[in-house]
Amino acid sequence: MKWAVVRFPGSLDDDDALHALREVLGQSASLLWHKEERLGEVECIVLPGGFSYGDYLRCGAIARFSPIMKSIGEFAANGGLVLGICNGFQILCEAHLLPGALMRNRSLSFVCETVTVRVEKSETPFTRSMRCGELLRLPIKHGEGCYVAPAEELRMMEERGQVLLRYVDTEGRLDERANPNGSMRSIAGVANERFNVFGLMPHPEHAVESLLGSNDGLKIFSSIAANVGR
Amino acid sequence: MRVTVYVTSRRGILDPEGRAVEAALANLGFNGVSDVHLGRYIVLALDAPSKAAAQETVQKMCEQLLANPIIEEFRFEVEPG
Repeated sequence: MKWAVVRFPGSLDDDDALHALREVLGQSASLLWHKEERLGEVECIVLPGGFSYGDYLRCGAIARFSPIMKSIGEFAANGGLVLGICNGFQILCEAHLLPGALMRNRSLSFVCETVTVRVEKSETPFTRSMRCGELLRLPIKHGEGCYVAPAEELRMMEERGQVLLRYVDTEGRLDERANPNGSMRSIAGVANERFNVFGLMPHPEHAVESLLGSNDGLKIFSSIAANVGR
Repeated sequence: MRVTVYVTSRRGILDPEGRAVEAALANLGFNGVSDVHLGRYIVLALDAPSKAAAQETVQKMCEQLLANPIIEEFRFEVEPG
């Protein structure tokens, strides 16, 4: 599968995403500077974590107007797969490619820890190698990860099954104490209506080798890679 | 034109910073404080042929970039000069 990782000024986790894709998964992955307007032949675009444009104004608010974002919007409109991790998730929300918004953590503190998330829907391009209810251990590190959406939008998203990941306790149960940032309904990751754009606050690219404490992140990347030829 | 834009969190959206400031004010003995919301105050100079044209432009600036309508509300003032 052909992947591309986008680098914005202030991106941090682009190299980790490339490492996960190239070295660990043996995929073909290129790096695209945010001023690029042509995506080339690519099947999945990754918007990595970091602090694009220093998080000025709002996280992702300025990056969404980078030249490459217009092409990514068209790519997504044509059914291309887009994965946004952490700051990438914030950019996708600001660009209206995903519903909702990410606000300051309810605790007002930056959180940096490993959390448990539960897969809420299988059979999407991002979760097809996992089963519904499966638990993943993934790291988070963010100050603005509190997911919010208007009540009616949230209801429709739940109905359509767009919530793909939720924060849970280590037993897989919903619990406000296991919700690290105060997200509505413990939402950790959401897809768009067509299920070809996915954003999540946890970092699968930091959990791809047992040396890192978990390799559960591989399940997300290999789910995406499993779409080839489908 | 001189433009000032005020962006605050939308009513009904939990504002954790507002809550923290409210609690701190109460701790300092300022009683009767409620509904604290924090926001951004943006000033800018804008070349525009008229006040109406400037207002139209600033409205678009707010909708597209300066505020996120999902979580924020905005208002602005345009003054000649």
